[in-house]
Amino acid sequence: MTPLAVLEPGGSAATALYIVSFVLFILGLKQGTHPTTAKRGNMIAAVGMAVAVVTTLLLDGMGNWGLIIIGLAAGSAIGAYASIKVKMTEMPQMVALYNGVGGGAVALIAWSEIRHGISFGEMPLEDLIPTLFAAIVGSVSFWGSNIAFAKLQEVIPTRPMAVPGQQFINAILGVGVIVVAIIIAINNEPPSQALFILILIAAAILGNLVVLPIGGADMPVVISLLNAFTGLSAAAAGFALQNVALIVAGTLVGSSGTILTMEMATAMNRSVSNILFSGFGGAPAAAAGSGEQRPVTSIGAQDAAIKLAYADTVVIVPGYGLAVAQAQHAVKEMANQLEKRGVTVNYAIHPVAGRMPGHMNVLLAEADVPYEQLKEMEEINPEMSRTDVAVVIGANDVTNPAAKNDPNSPIAGMPIIEVSEAGEVIVIKRSLSTGFAGIDNDLFYEPNTSMLFADAKAAATEIAAEIENL
Amino acid sequence: MSVMTEVTIFVLAIFVGFEVISKVPTTLHTPLMSQTNAIHGIVMLGGLIVLGYADDGLEYVIGTIAVAFGAINIVGGFMVTDRMLAMFAKKPKPKADADGKGGAGK
Repeated sequence: MTPLAVLEPGGSAATALYIVSFVLFILGLKQGTHPTTAKRGNMIAAVGMAVAVVTTLLLDGMGNWGLIIIGLAAGSAIGAYASIKVKMTEMPQMVALYNGVGGGAVALIAWSEIRHGISFGEMPLEDLIPTLFAAIVGSVSFWGSNIAFAKLQEVIPTRPMAVPGQQFINAILGVGVIVVAIIIAINNEPPSQALFILILIAAAILGNLVVLPIGGADMPVVISLLNAFTGLSAAAAGFALQNVALIVAGTLVGSSGTILTMEMATAMNRSVSNILFSGFGGAPAAAAGSGEQRPVTSIGAQDAAIKLAYADTVVIVPGYGLAVAQAQHAVKEMANQLEKRGVTVNYAIHPVAGRMPGHMNVLLAEADVPYEQLKEMEEINPEMSRTDVAVVIGANDVTNPAAKNDPNSPIAGMPIIEVSEAGEVIVIKRSLSTGFAGIDNDLFYEPNTSMLFADAKAAATEIAAEIENL
Repeated sequence: MSVMTEVTIFVLAIFVGFEVISKVPTTLHTPLMSQTNAIHGIVMLGGLIVLGYADDGLEYVIGTIAVAFGAINIVGGFMVTDRMLAMFAKKPKPKADADGKGGAGK
């Protein structure tokens, strides 16, 4: 039953259509370099995907249409439902989950390829090696992403969890997986399915163990890295299946994930291996609050409103706390009130604000903040000395001057938003508690800093009301 | 297609990927990630091929799950990216626009 079959698998027509599809992916991503064209770019990429899928469905000899329709319908329904229902604060979880299912799909395809190899009696190395690679990386990303999802969704604690001798166990697992893969490759007439399943399981355990010890604040790096992994695994599957669309698309995703991983690591001034293997994010540092009580200036919403309303320029520095408090709309309302009075309002976004790259920008865009007001760290820092009031909402470590001034600080060298350069600083925070790095923030004790101890959303709402009444 | 042809394509794609993606501003990194999730859904092609040529029970199961996973990536990825980018594409003053259109209608 092959009423649709018209294209020869691996033939020129099919390959040409696959080329069309990856060209559309590249064009789509190119449009993604500006907010006004990115939406169209997404459409172009989606058309590319439609071309690739239809081409595959038209391949000669395709069957099992019932199951194909079930798979397509189930996956599309789940994907569509999730994409409509997901809150913008939950985007990191969603992307983690998508990384996971992508990696899982690759691992399953690799398994099936091995079974084909077995049924043919042998598998050439040029197919077997990428298949093994795809299986390992796909399985690690599937399980690692599920753990990342569970941590972000707070199904399991976000704090680092490690078993004793974890690094040793990981190393044994990693080396073991590679050794078994080599054994399969040497005895490839036919490859052993039992050993292959062993690899899948070992890689699964490895994926779990690598992500479990990573704390919440390091999630942007982990998600980006898993994104890169799934991309590479797709490219490997493309080698195994000799499919150009998979090779190119997978490589594009791999490049994207790699770039984001490097940017996130730079923004935290830490190496990727340090993040993966030290379990730092969320660990209480020994240096936290050496017992001495330093004086802070505490103010109320009314005082804050007065300071803000009579300023010329205000910079809002949002952090993950803003997302947790769902305060983005309240903050936008506060900014609206200020703008009504002629105050210039901008937002300074640290690269690791939020739980994934660019997360804070999406949350503020959701609250209708025009993207022109979303300033990157490099862009806003030179402006800080000309800013009258900086308002820090739910951010902590990314504003800590110790990163610049104290070479012994655990975050020394981390690029920060230089709020202490501003005329005045208002920090909206529930308490003086430490951030993810577990260290005291010197900013709170500076003479030009006022602390407003409150929930971010409640405080922003109150300040907005006070400004309106002035 | 020879292995070396594939490697050539792979290497060139790395350069294209770095060139294009490095120009994406920080503001758009979250939509970029969800869009690359969607593009990663290309693995559904592998699932379709596995399932389309499958002839035993386990392969049916593996293939169907792989196709479903890929479809989640594709449909969910593109749709949620579209939702996010719509927020960025919004005009700063939607009210003024609506008024303008209303005036033209009269």
